[in-house]
Amino acid sequence: MTEALKLTDLSKTFPVGRTLLGRSTGSVKAVHPVTLSVRQGETLGIVGESGCGKSTLARMLVGLLEPTTGTIEIEGDALDNADPAEFGKRIQYVFQDPISSLNPRKTIRQVMEAPLKRLHRMPAAQRRTRISEIFDSVNLREEFLDRYPHEFSGGQAQRIGIARALAANARILILDEPVSALDVSVQAQVLNLLADLRTKFDLTYLFISHDLAVVEAVSDRIAVLYFGSVVELGPAEEVFANPRHPYTKLLAESAPVVGRPLAAPEAAGTELPDPLNPPPGCAFAARCPRATERCRVETPVLEPLGDASEAACFHPLGD
Amino acid sequence: MIAFLSLLARNRLALAGGIVLSAVVLLALVTPLLPLADPDVTNTSNRFVPPFSEGALLGTDHLGRDLLSRLLWGTRLSLAVGFAAAIVAATIGAAIGIIAGYYGGRTDNVIMRGVDMLMAFPYILLALAIVAALGPGLFNALIAVAAVNVPFFARNIRGITVGIAHKEFVDAARLAGLSNTRIILSEILPNVIPVIVIAMSTTIGWMILETAGLSFLGLGSQPPQADLGSMLGEARSALITNPHTSVVPGIMILVIVMSINLLGDGVRDALDPRLKSGALSRPMAATQVKRAGPVPAPTGKGLLEVQALETQFHVKDRIYRAVGGVDLHVEKGECLGIIGESGSGKSVTALSIMGLVSSPPGVITGGAAHYDGEDLIGAPYRRLRDMRGRNVSYIFQDPLATLHPLYRVGDQLIEAIRAHRPIGKEAGRAKAVELLDAVRIPNAAKRITDYPHEMSGGMRQRVGIAMALANDPDIIIADEPTTALDVTVQAQVLTILDDLRRSRGLAIIFITHDFGVVAQLCDRVAVMYAGRIVEEGRTTDILDTPRHPYTARLMACVPELGGGKRRLEAIAGLPPVVDRLPQGCAFADRCLKVQDDCRQGDIPLVRSGARAVRCLYPEEKAREAAE
Repeated sequence: MTEALKLTDLSKTFPVGRTLLGRSTGSVKAVHPVTLSVRQGETLGIVGESGCGKSTLARMLVGLLEPTTGTIEIEGDALDNADPAEFGKRIQYVFQDPISSLNPRKTIRQVMEAPLKRLHRMPAAQRRTRISEIFDSVNLREEFLDRYPHEFSGGQAQRIGIARALAANARILILDEPVSALDVSVQAQVLNLLADLRTKFDLTYLFISHDLAVVEAVSDRIAVLYFGSVVELGPAEEVFANPRHPYTKLLAESAPVVGRPLAAPEAAGTELPDPLNPPPGCAFAARCPRATERCRVETPVLEPLGDASEAACFHPLGD
Repeated sequence: MIAFLSLLARNRLALAGGIVLSAVVLLALVTPLLPLADPDVTNTSNRFVPPFSEGALLGTDHLGRDLLSRLLWGTRLSLAVGFAAAIVAATIGAAIGIIAGYYGGRTDNVIMRGVDMLMAFPYILLALAIVAALGPGLFNALIAVAAVNVPFFARNIRGITVGIAHKEFVDAARLAGLSNTRIILSEILPNVIPVIVIAMSTTIGWMILETAGLSFLGLGSQPPQADLGSMLGEARSALITNPHTSVVPGIMILVIVMSINLLGDGVRDALDPRLKSGALSRPMAATQVKRAGPVPAPTGKGLLEVQALETQFHVKDRIYRAVGGVDLHVEKGECLGIIGESGSGKSVTALSIMGLVSSPPGVITGGAAHYDGEDLIGAPYRRLRDMRGRNVSYIFQDPLATLHPLYRVGDQLIEAIRAHRPIGKEAGRAKAVELLDAVRIPNAAKRITDYPHEMSGGMRQRVGIAMALANDPDIIIADEPTTALDVTVQAQVLTILDDLRRSRGLAIIFITHDFGVVAQLCDRVAVMYAGRIVEEGRTTDILDTPRHPYTARLMACVPELGGGKRRLEAIAGLPPVVDRLPQGCAFADRCLKVQDDCRQGDIPLVRSGARAVRCLYPEEKAREAAE
């Protein structure tokens, strides 16, 4: 199977603080070197809590942020010049907040025409037919095209956001929390639409969310991010059912599930490490019930664990 | 545009300003067509003729020139220079501001430091320096006035641009292949133009004054050409003996500047989106109550009993029935869940109890909320204020928005206690530490001196809970308190709430959209749809056998952890808008089992034992709809 997207040692470090001369006084590693590959037609789910670097990673993939180190390969070609217009034809982004991702002073037609005009230099007549085709595939009526964004509900606006990404003709979509701003009954509509589009146009998805149940329901594989690193990667049906990394287990046990009694799975008050002053070794060690001396000194890397799963842990569960 | 004009016309002062200004502008425009004397012809034998004389309506000046003619020609010139300077300053200033704000980083730094340097000079000094360098003359005065006002526009527009440049639609435009120039012109500029217009309308009067000032000093228009400033300047020497020569141009300056400022304020008010949404109009201290029907008598059910509560929002000529007759009660030590989607009225129900719905536009139009036999709806504000926090307290969704960013959390806690009883400094501190300990904030004694931004979201929400506990209330109303939190933190916060209610016998009304949370925390649950309760009962009963089709469908469309990859059972369509509720069942349009009689008349909430359901054809015992 071909690889749609391949990241090698991709990382991002942000400078923090500034002296009078503009030199930075410190740095925060938002994303530690990540090596991942996504197969053509696959949905890779990325879960993690706020501050784990999932949005930074996503923005690098579409060229909105320049990576500090590492390379991105899209459908076999290296794309590391951080030029959104070059990326735009191959990989597109669907934003979390559907309303604020649409310019309030442009009609939907103007929004939809931009990628066709700028990325593909399509003549006017062709644009018209292409837009109707796309609108039809996301179940939106064509009369919406001449309205302004504020006239739409969240669910409709998110369909427009998806339609815009499709208009660029990209085959890889980065979905950054695409349903978390939507009501539950609308969430399901959008998730089903995404699933239909994937089969129809043979799309590859990177689905980023903090909602474990949603990610599990849509993904083939899931990567769990903690403090800027991938700590576990495995098939969707396995990751939360049989977690290998203690952090994944904590996540799975924290999710509220009907029929499971309420119990905080860890002591109160545990928090993420300070990003300005990261601990040596495994970032999860301070919260981990299985941590040993080695975990506090050495940083574990993502390693295959026999079956299809990989985990960055010296003492994985289920061994 | 028509909406804007009608909004503007509602402001009487702005309307008056607009009318006066249009009259002045019209007069200035038609000046060349009027049968006026030549403004520059001197006639020294007719010096200082008083106003209302034969042949000179406003008299003549020290050289015997006709004042009316000079006034009109002068106004024409002053207006032209003022408008031109405003347009030049706005164009250059906005361009600088947009470029600095959009590119940021070093470009921004260099440009804005330059602008700061310009601002560091007193404006009149700067204008004098520019005119001194270029030489006197009206055109140079125009350049000076424009240059002096560029920093004002640049700073204003830069601030707005920075906000817009980080919006997601700009990222989206970049991904659609637009170049930076195109993004500035087609994405940023249209969003900035209203601000430019507002800034211009409020500064144009100022610029006319500045031009007049320079002319007054002899640096603007050169004799014999008249503008308002030079007329004043020339009349200065005869101020005492022949005051009319100064009063005439003085009044014109006053009229122009006043009318422009009044109109400008009106334009700003009409264009500013915050003012349009009514966010700056102060809400009343308690929700307005206008109950039409009789007030229901308490039946003595529970600690708090809400009966037939109706809350509406009156916006212009529309009436939004946010809450359309809700009955609920909560016992001591019980946790009642209210579940629903956005717009279902769950938050408005909770806020109505203590009169916290902002009025205008909120109005409570019916029902009662009895706390310990006392009706809270329509209770005097003093009584409500006394009870808020002490008997019934709230926890909100976003702790960052509910905590004051400039005060330490400990001080905010002490303030919450002091609102109800006097407490000394030491005792207050001890109580604050005790409260933070109760919500399991580690190292509480040290953290009371933290500011809200120094805490993580989970810690902030704990402070929010501590504040709700500060005066030992009997009831806590928690409005989506964990929605903004991560799952691991959510589990911790839910455990704290659960422990508190067991240890202190607290009654909790917990508002959420998450069935998992309801299942873990709540004893009973009420499901709301379009402002009404559609189903109510014990949590386990409802989750096992939902009877209202909406409950069943809603549960089916939420993915549950452990279910694997699958297709979800979406509910087609959208909830109805509450200003146009359909007849009969509000869910009828989305329901698979809808019959003709579902769309007629009022469908009652039918109670049987602990359960109640508002449906003519409820689901049978098995979870047929969910399967």
